[in-house]
Amino acid sequence: MLFTVLSGLITSGLLIPFGKFFRSKWSAVLAILPIVLFIFFASHIPAVSNGNIIYQHLNWVPSLKINFDFRLDGLSLLFSLLITGIGSFIFIYASSYLKGGLYIDRFYGYLCLFMSAMLGIVLSDNILLLFVFWELTSISSFFLIGFNNHHADSRKSAITALSITGLGGFFLMAGLILMSQIAGTYSIQELMGSAELIKNHELYPVVIGLVFIGAFTKSAQFPFHFWLPGAMKAPTPVSAYLHSATMVKAGIFLLLRFTPILGDTPAWNYTLMIVGGFTMLYAALHSLFRTDLKGILAYSTISALGILTFLIGLGTKEALIAAITFIIAHALYKAALFLITGIIDHETGTRDVTQLSGLRKVLFPVFIAGLLAALSSAGLPLSFGFIGKDLIYEATLNAEQNIALYLTIAAVVTNIGLVAAGFLAGIKPFTGKLNPAHATVHLPYKSMWIPPLVLALLGFVFGIFPGIVGKAIISPTVNVVYGQLVEMHLKIWHGFNTVLILSLVTLVAGAIIYLINQPNAKKLTQLGRLDFMAPETLYTKLSGQIVQLSTWYTNTMHNGFLRSYLLKIIIFAELLLAYELIKGGPIYIDYSKLSAISVYEAVIVLVLIGAVYLTITTSSRLSAVVGTSVIGYAICLIFVYYSAPDLAMTQFSIDTLTVVLFVFVLFNLPSFINFKGDKIAKIRDSIVALAFGTILSLIAIKVLQVPTDIAISKFYGEFAYTLAKGKNVVNVILVDFRGIDTMFEIVVLSIAGLGVYSLIKLRLKASEKE
Amino acid sequence: MRSTIFQTAAMYLLPILLLFSFFLLLRGHYYPGGGFVGGLVASIAFVLHSFAFGTDKTLKVLRYNPLALIPVGLGIAALSMFMPVLFGLPVMTGLWLDEPIPVIGMIGSALFFDIGVYLVVIGVVLTILFTISLYTH
Repeated sequence: MLFTVLSGLITSGLLIPFGKFFRSKWSAVLAILPIVLFIFFASHIPAVSNGNIIYQHLNWVPSLKINFDFRLDGLSLLFSLLITGIGSFIFIYASSYLKGGLYIDRFYGYLCLFMSAMLGIVLSDNILLLFVFWELTSISSFFLIGFNNHHADSRKSAITALSITGLGGFFLMAGLILMSQIAGTYSIQELMGSAELIKNHELYPVVIGLVFIGAFTKSAQFPFHFWLPGAMKAPTPVSAYLHSATMVKAGIFLLLRFTPILGDTPAWNYTLMIVGGFTMLYAALHSLFRTDLKGILAYSTISALGILTFLIGLGTKEALIAAITFIIAHALYKAALFLITGIIDHETGTRDVTQLSGLRKVLFPVFIAGLLAALSSAGLPLSFGFIGKDLIYEATLNAEQNIALYLTIAAVVTNIGLVAAGFLAGIKPFTGKLNPAHATVHLPYKSMWIPPLVLALLGFVFGIFPGIVGKAIISPTVNVVYGQLVEMHLKIWHGFNTVLILSLVTLVAGAIIYLINQPNAKKLTQLGRLDFMAPETLYTKLSGQIVQLSTWYTNTMHNGFLRSYLLKIIIFAELLLAYELIKGGPIYIDYSKLSAISVYEAVIVLVLIGAVYLTITTSSRLSAVVGTSVIGYAICLIFVYYSAPDLAMTQFSIDTLTVVLFVFVLFNLPSFINFKGDKIAKIRDSIVALAFGTILSLIAIKVLQVPTDIAISKFYGEFAYTLAKGKNVVNVILVDFRGIDTMFEIVVLSIAGLGVYSLIKLRLKASEKE
Repeated sequence: MRSTIFQTAAMYLLPILLLFSFFLLLRGHYYPGGGFVGGLVASIAFVLHSFAFGTDKTLKVLRYNPLALIPVGLGIAALSMFMPVLFGLPVMTGLWLDEPIPVIGMIGSALFFDIGVYLVVIGVVLTILFTISLYTH
């Protein structure tokens, strides 16, 4: 299974050097990849539907327990088939949709990357591995949403989507780590065994809270839903692939995957039911007011995701069967509707439903596809959507007595909205009189209109023969999620009962709303007045404030003045050191341990004081430099006196070179500077300097009173010659015992040298340009 | 400032200081010295020369751009660091010849590491100083 995940990544990588061969019509060749993967997964259907789970294990970072552990069970097989199956259609469709585009190869690269990441999520048996792929989908979808990067809107939407899903990923990571800490394993298989342990742990609410935020951000649940309509700025094949069939379902997948581990507790069930229920109603209502075809589809997708979350929250056997059936039905008709919208947009240049009508006359096969998809989404008998809808009603009716009625009402209202939205997107553009502006519209390439037609037709094939998918896919998936074998048979006809009546009521009411409700720009503007309390507005405000905060922080802390940096660094060090000193207890001097002061020392100290006085009182930069170098040489003398010849030698050379460097630099500065002007700065600096000197002196005294641990010096002294064959311990430490440190130090030194070199050269070029 | 006395002195001081720096480098393993301080002394020798004759002349004496010494030095140090791996030993294990070489003494991988440090220090110091002196007027 590793190769199925890697093949996309490798293809994506190969497109960097070989991409230019795929910028023409040859880009459709790349569809071979998802098709082959689809066949591979399809060949595992017989084994998996018998209840087998196929595992694969490969070591990656065994010490961190992050390994390539894959599992192919019903749930992963279902999603793998959706990802590669719909992916195949998208790959074919996009080659015509983006024909003539400049960066088709890049687009396919992102698409392959995304497909691999999705397959990685659904196949992982290791939650850390799952998380890696989870993040990869966020990143690849960022590139896909922002694919039209010359539009500011696209870039903004891409950043919104990335920050929302990325934020969710952050929470998810915390949740996953917490969960594995409780259970002591990263393996999903083993976590399933410790389900009771996790559920009874006191941190269980925290775990599910964090996992929920991850799933809700990815699957666009209220209040994180607003990135999804924004993501419609992406090219339509991307919307069809990511935002209907696959990526947004990653959150749903996560919830399904963790149902056997975390599910079936009141906290889990009610949270999901409330959030999912609210999302599905809110979004279904919203979709009726949109005039942009993709906007309608975006909101109806959010609503469908809400239904799925809601059903997973319900958690009964019927609800899970309904959820999994609905995933397939929704993927088929929603992908078809998106692709149809893409054709309309591509051919007429608009997605505004108020502008579009009568297109059946010019785009007849597309109309058939739209009709079939809309009918499947409406749940007409014989369509797969009908079966999905029936199962949903069956699940809500069979819920606990006291809530069953409310749940059913919520489900019916949502579905009425979805029926109307489906008609609006799939039928409305094709009916009525043809807009004269679109009279010259012609049918696009076959590779564009066949995929949606096939997808829409499949919705009816599965609807008429539900047994095929039921036994092959849905049943093994429910087994995995529900945790025990479930006998189930999908049927076209359930008999004349409450469910059927509800279905018909939904269909009729939806059709009536579709006929009455004429979305237009005016209604949209009126709805816009409520925007002040929409989550999106809050998000925009919050991100604006974060930008303000970081601007303020940058301006104060990172203003580009060396003196300001030095001041802050020194004050910070002073605070830390002073804190440690105060914490360390009283300081005393043990005079008995001190040796007498010799004449040499007294002379050196006098020289030091004189040099310091010269440095701080002089008004010439050069004299100040000379003063500091005298200080440096005086310190060297102290080193010599206290028998540290290595140190003294190095310090001498460094001091010499520093003076040279200073002279070179000062040569380019004004020779005189008026220090008297800024008295406050002078006082501030002297306080900081005095404080620093005092603290360091106190530390020096403190060091004397702490008993020295000479074990390390002893070790070096003893082994310098026996192990490293050197008599100069300092040098042996530098080149042997701690040689790797030295290696990195010279690397740092080299970087500094190159930095100075390139900075000075760069500045020269900039001035030449002016 | 082009003083004849200074120039004459600098001309003789350059080889002497370089020799001294090399001496510091070689004796480092047994007595005070080593690659770092040796490199600094060698840099000082060239800086002194550049004071007397101007940076352009010094660069001519050097023949190669001091920038080139940085990768060479890093390469030698890295090689001596990874050499033991070829013999199946951990990175940075000291390798030594059995017999001392006349004048130089014991030769081992640590010496080559020190030579790398020596070259990097010369390269970095001269690059910084010469770039500033050449390009900022």
